[in-house]
Amino acid sequence: MSALRQDVRALVITGFGLNCERETAAAFTAAGAGADCVHLNDLLDGHASLRDYQILAFIGGFSFGDHIGAGTVFANRLRHRLREPLAEFVAAGRLVIGICNGFQTITRLGLVPALDDNWFHQEVALAQNAQGLFRDDWILLKANPASRCVFTQGIDLLPLPIRHGEGRLVPAPGVLDRLEQENLICLRYADPETGEPTQAFPHNPNGSVNAIAGICSPNGRVFGLMPHPEAYLSPFNHPHWTRQQLNGVLPEKGLGQRIFENAVTFARTELAG
Amino acid sequence: MYYRLEISARPEETDPRGEHLLHQAREFLHVPVEAARTRDVFSLEVDCTRPQAEAILAAFTNPVIQTGVVGESPVETFQFDWLVVVGFRPGVTDNVARSARSAAADILGRPLREDEQIFTSVEYLLQGKELDRDRVLRLARGLLANDLIQNVTVLTRAECEAGGIPANRPVVKNDTPPQIRTVNLEVADSELQRISRDGVLALTLEEMKAIQAHFREQAPRRRQLGLPECPTDGELEIIAQTWSEHCKHKIFAARVTYTDEQGRVQEIDNCFKTFIQASTKAISKRVDWLVSVFSDNAGVIRFNDTIDLVYKVETHNSPTALDPYGGSMTGIVGVNRDPMGTGMGAELLLNVWGYCFGSPFTAAADVPAGLFHPRRLRDQVHKGVIDGGNQSGIPYALGWEYYDPRYLGKPLVYCGTVGTLPRLVGGAPSAEKSILPGDRIVMAGGRIGKDGIHGATFSSEELHSGSPSQAVQIGDPITQKILGDFLREARDLNLYRFITDNGAGGLSSSLGEMASLCGGGDLELGNAPLKYAGLQPWEIFLSEAQERMSLAVPPEKMDAFLALAKRRNVEATVLGNFTDSGFLHVTYRGQVLAHLSMEFLHDGLPQLHLQARWTPPRHAEPTIPADLDLGETVVKLLGRLNLCSHEFKARQYDHEVKGLSVIKPFVGANRNVLSDATVSMVEPLGRDGVILAGAVAPRYSDIDTYHMMTSVIDTAVRRVIAVGGQLGHIAGLDNFCWPDPVAGPKNPDGEYKMAQLIRANQALYDLTTAYDVPCISGKDSMKNDSTLGGRKISIPPTVLFSTIARMPDVSKAVTLDAKRYGDLVYVIGLTRRELGGSEFFALLDATGNDVPKVDPVAALALYRAVGAATAAGLCHSLHTPALGGLGVAFAKIAIGGNLGLDLDLHKLPADPGLTAAERLFSESNSRFVATIAEENRDRFEALLAGLPAACIGHVTLPRKLVFRDGRHIVATATVDACQTAYTHTLDNI
Repeated sequence: MSALRQDVRALVITGFGLNCERETAAAFTAAGAGADCVHLNDLLDGHASLRDYQILAFIGGFSFGDHIGAGTVFANRLRHRLREPLAEFVAAGRLVIGICNGFQTITRLGLVPALDDNWFHQEVALAQNAQGLFRDDWILLKANPASRCVFTQGIDLLPLPIRHGEGRLVPAPGVLDRLEQENLICLRYADPETGEPTQAFPHNPNGSVNAIAGICSPNGRVFGLMPHPEAYLSPFNHPHWTRQQLNGVLPEKGLGQRIFENAVTFARTELAG
Repeated sequence: MYYRLEISARPEETDPRGEHLLHQAREFLHVPVEAARTRDVFSLEVDCTRPQAEAILAAFTNPVIQTGVVGESPVETFQFDWLVVVGFRPGVTDNVARSARSAAADILGRPLREDEQIFTSVEYLLQGKELDRDRVLRLARGLLANDLIQNVTVLTRAECEAGGIPANRPVVKNDTPPQIRTVNLEVADSELQRISRDGVLALTLEEMKAIQAHFREQAPRRRQLGLPECPTDGELEIIAQTWSEHCKHKIFAARVTYTDEQGRVQEIDNCFKTFIQASTKAISKRVDWLVSVFSDNAGVIRFNDTIDLVYKVETHNSPTALDPYGGSMTGIVGVNRDPMGTGMGAELLLNVWGYCFGSPFTAAADVPAGLFHPRRLRDQVHKGVIDGGNQSGIPYALGWEYYDPRYLGKPLVYCGTVGTLPRLVGGAPSAEKSILPGDRIVMAGGRIGKDGIHGATFSSEELHSGSPSQAVQIGDPITQKILGDFLREARDLNLYRFITDNGAGGLSSSLGEMASLCGGGDLELGNAPLKYAGLQPWEIFLSEAQERMSLAVPPEKMDAFLALAKRRNVEATVLGNFTDSGFLHVTYRGQVLAHLSMEFLHDGLPQLHLQARWTPPRHAEPTIPADLDLGETVVKLLGRLNLCSHEFKARQYDHEVKGLSVIKPFVGANRNVLSDATVSMVEPLGRDGVILAGAVAPRYSDIDTYHMMTSVIDTAVRRVIAVGGQLGHIAGLDNFCWPDPVAGPKNPDGEYKMAQLIRANQALYDLTTAYDVPCISGKDSMKNDSTLGGRKISIPPTVLFSTIARMPDVSKAVTLDAKRYGDLVYVIGLTRRELGGSEFFALLDATGNDVPKVDPVAALALYRAVGAATAAGLCHSLHTPALGGLGVAFAKIAIGGNLGLDLDLHKLPADPGLTAAERLFSESNSRFVATIAEENRDRFEALLAGLPAACIGHVTLPRKLVFRDGRHIVATATVDACQTAYTHTLDNI
């Protein structure tokens, strides 16, 4: 699946226990980009280069088994062995998405939120869920219309699956106010009855402060979230699709696709060529 | 240098592991712990400076939520009365430590040397005025550690202050030099039996004598070759492993004299061939989608133009009984390797799991000494399969639990995996593979340790107090994931010719089987990568250390294979060459460990002769109380362990990874009702689907295993139909778990159990051929008995029948929950007086005798008609009753829809004379409940013309079940009460 002929190219890093490469690549392909799945070692030893891509995806999975805390060992390897290319990538304003384990990794690495563009400095943690357990369920997200996040533009409510044990966002002292003030919180867990952010389990599946499900960098180009947009590409993924079909409201495509379409559209107009 | 890195949650942060301990200590073990905190400790034996150790600590510590220290925190930092340290015993797989090595290497900028080590331990800091050493030890052993694999140290606060915490350095110390011994078999019979027993060889006297005779006969040849006349320890071990019940299925292969209840005698030569294989062979003449059955690690069926599907289900009962976490994790990651080793190597698509346990509410006094309490066992089994499945990135598509006190002695842990195989790899059919003499013998993946030695032979025995502790392994899903990713790349580059997995029996099994394909193999074990020194040569060959695959690599591809392995951080080692010498020739540093004739090894096993005698049991019939409140009974049944929801545990398994899930394990408006089956796409955004279903009915075995077997096959098939599947492309998998059916002094009713096995197999043949549902793979586990604590506990004969079916268009899938009020409710299929072995009778403490039967001709007509209705999109909901009968089925439909049902039981298609209770709770097979739109009544009824089907009521907005007999209301139950009963029993447990 070579991305070479497409104008927008997305790089999906794989290996060491990551496991969502196939559906993440399919998400970018469905959005009109080219997507390459590249083993981290091929980036480290120069078989592939970040420079050839406008979008970089840190995907879900269990890198190094999430031993020593989710994302820790993978982030440590990136910090020691891929820091310069990554710094160059984000400084150039290219797009980064971190999903679930990828989100955990880029928070540990300090790529998001990166207040004041202070890259590689960790400001938030994704701690164990308040219930202390891994959980797989579908939740509803409410997007922040004031956020600059490239990936969530035009989205209001978005149902997605979550599946994690460490997704409770804990900001370092002083960081929460900045996240709120600068509209860096782009997605929150919402109550399906009201559509409003909630702290109540199971709608907020991990007890995340201020119902935070996803955040972005100040320029809106680095985005991390715990839910899985790449697992809602097909309308038949939704747990209630049989009801939606009966009621004539089954969407033509899975709503998670919008996140990737936003990225590819932005990259095409702002970053390609 | 030795450094201790200690990491704990910041004081203001919660410590979920501590909270969990507190909850379990109070609710389950009743140990008076008042507060608990925990910390992780990494013990580094690494050549680095203190600043480097501090850098490692900093990388391991999440600065926002954790604090860390090199050394030991001052005692006053934490409030505690007792400290419990739990670390691994020497040589036990420590996955966290392995990841820590990777991270330390990145920080130091160099790989760690073999002699540099990292160990992990967890420290629990407990507060409680009423705690004493005994209570703390009980907590540690009952909750925190498994003595078999872990070390526990308990210290008081004063002891910590005085002497500090001992360093955790579980280094494997073994000074025994590697040695090859010989075993003299020219001895008396009693001595032969002793050799087998003491060596955990699990060989009978007859088998030992066959080996004795073979070596006598081989003596001249061996003298000529300069080999000892007696077998080496390695040769005896290889034969024992190859001939184990686990590997050779001696009971299924036995010649059986079966006497039925009328004294008629039948000779059956090989139950497997006579019934299971014969059925598949007969069906293979009528279906065109069987690709590879019974010959490879898993069965292969055609799916579409580009993909074949591979499916295998295994049990992992004995190791799980000893180490529930490690055993069950090995169960799931172990069965993953079956598709990985099928054909040229499949990609993993879906996992399934199912467990049979004693009740988690069993009183502690009722658990025999030496066995785990079923609640702890269940927690650990779930955790093992959850960690194994989640970390491998494979969604689970089916999960179930079944409870009976007879699983107290031996839990059953079923794990299965579906894989996808491209039809062609490099232009050749990828379901086929070969080995040529001269191909290199290659092992790839994890290293070899003492883990799992004697797994194959030990699981062929009952569980007893001398069961070897080494027989358990802990899985390492990440090493296996890395291996799997690499192998897929290697497959697509055509870098190998043959692949298979290392499971029971280790290299002895995988290479023994591979060598038999080309006629021999020559290998040197001195090259094999070991986890630590001190393994005996035979142990290297027999070790069941996990995460390893064996391959045949053509010499010209060897360099490319090894180079790719290196780039993917996979250890791959050349152990020798395949030959056509007719012998398996194994050396260790030049000395011969084994020189065995392939023919004797694989065909020299004498056939067992067994007796089977069928005497139908008679059980008391219960009296059904005349004033029984049927609504209340529905509610009670919903709360029973075998019917209630296990959603709390199931949601800890990932079932959405890969983005393929269409009909999920739990369905309905609140996503909390267990679905009949699941539907998954095979690739993102695809329309082709795969349906998975399965069934067990162990209590029916108490009446007649023939009808138990037809019931589970029928249930697994009709569950496919219930989610919108069709007859015609459904394959089956049979997993038999039996109590020991070999009669003997310790097993007086062995002949009856053998008869139960024969009857189940007869039923399998009869119904699979009637349905054209061929078995493509299966497994048996035949010694599910325990004598621990002086009490013999045997499981009821249990068959898991699994189905896998193709669904051409997932948009035709149906769920069981009612969707619209006003919809009509139809019951399709005949209800008979069949309550024997039912959950309703179990509620009345009875078994009864009228076990549910199957009428295949009637069933097939129904399945075609219902299939036509779902294909036409007529069913708003569809569900098939099973345990608990229609009463439970109606409740699940209503709970799932957040709606009610108003039903006239008098209209039910049923045998004459059934009471309302019998109508509601009979577990007759081959029935469905459908809800449809009023306007589709005529179309729907036209499809069902001539079949036993009737509209018996409608879906209501008020959330209530109303059962009528004519117009007269005979019972009601609120859907709230139903839902509470259904979800409450195992919630948070």
